[in-house]
Amino acid sequence: MSAQVLTVTSGKGGVGKTTVTANLASALAMLGKRVTAIDADIGLRNLDVVMGLENRIVYDLVDVVEGRCRLRQAMIKDKRQPELYLIPAAQTRDKNAVSPSDMVLICDQLREEMDYIVIDSPAGIERGFRNAVAPADKVLIVTNPEVSAVRDADRIIGLIEAEEKGPGQLILNRVKPAMVSRGDMLSVDDVLDILAVNLLGVIPEDERILVASNQGMPLVMHGVNGASAGEAFRNVARRLDGEDVPFLDLTPKQTLMGRLRALMGSNSN
Amino acid sequence: MNWLDRLLGKNETSGQVAKQRLQMVLIHDRADLPPGMLELIKDDIIQVIARHMAIDTDKVVVHLEQDTQENRLVAEIPLLAGRTRRNGASSR
Repeated sequence: MSAQVLTVTSGKGGVGKTTVTANLASALAMLGKRVTAIDADIGLRNLDVVMGLENRIVYDLVDVVEGRCRLRQAMIKDKRQPELYLIPAAQTRDKNAVSPSDMVLICDQLREEMDYIVIDSPAGIERGFRNAVAPADKVLIVTNPEVSAVRDADRIIGLIEAEEKGPGQLILNRVKPAMVSRGDMLSVDDVLDILAVNLLGVIPEDERILVASNQGMPLVMHGVNGASAGEAFRNVARRLDGEDVPFLDLTPKQTLMGRLRALMGSNSN
Repeated sequence: MNWLDRLLGKNETSGQVAKQRLQMVLIHDRADLPPGMLELIKDDIIQVIARHMAIDTDKVVVHLEQDTQENRLVAEIPLLAGRTRRNGASSR
């Protein structure tokens, strides 16, 4: 069976592409799949630190493209999982060191040995984005419930359709249920109304994401249960793998004080 | 939104404001027509129409509308009352 190539992109920076890539790649590996994550953000390498593999880099994506090493030599094995690998980006080169056809070639070489290839796209809509999308079978669009991020996601959805890689699948990241319930944040339905795209996952804001990236161990590997971001990421991985998983219930737990505060409005602090 | 705003009937949450702003922005983004360009188009339309009929230039509204699949440029051009039948039985 040949691997499926998933490209994680967003247009806007800072919405959580790298976090999503690290957690999805890890969660898929935890389902027993063979997974390679590729950092396509040449010059601004980050997936390595989020996954905690930065100390083991010898070769990178550009070394592979320019023939300084074999593909296998640039694949860092994540020893915490049976079959999880990272191909890091080059840190001191620019996006033009890699072309879309290079990316297609690399993914084709990996397809037979993997179940999933997860590509972390750089922000923006230029060369780096096109590199990341070129080999994609499925494009995952990460956005936040924010005017600027949703606007950029809309642009990306259009570009993906133009490249005939559509329809994109949406991951709405950093949702704050309490803010949504008092009307101060775009809801999942608001975003879906506006973007007209398939929803793949809703990830709640979770402080443990930062703790996990401090430690260099994706949250899904920490095994926290309940309505956490980790659980939401694991659900996205299962959906990608063809399982029908219901969306987490993110309505905030209502305490008496909380209900009172909601009644009085929240600007009173 | 606090309770005072609610009492005063300002019952639009910032989430609703965000949604409306997004919808407007995206209509223009998708049509690749910035809002300022629409103003220029409006001025041109006014000039052309005003050559042929008496219109209330201050009340002309030109905007983009969006259906499920279609964007539409909509112009509302109010005519000046009483001066629309220039060729009719001599009004004066």
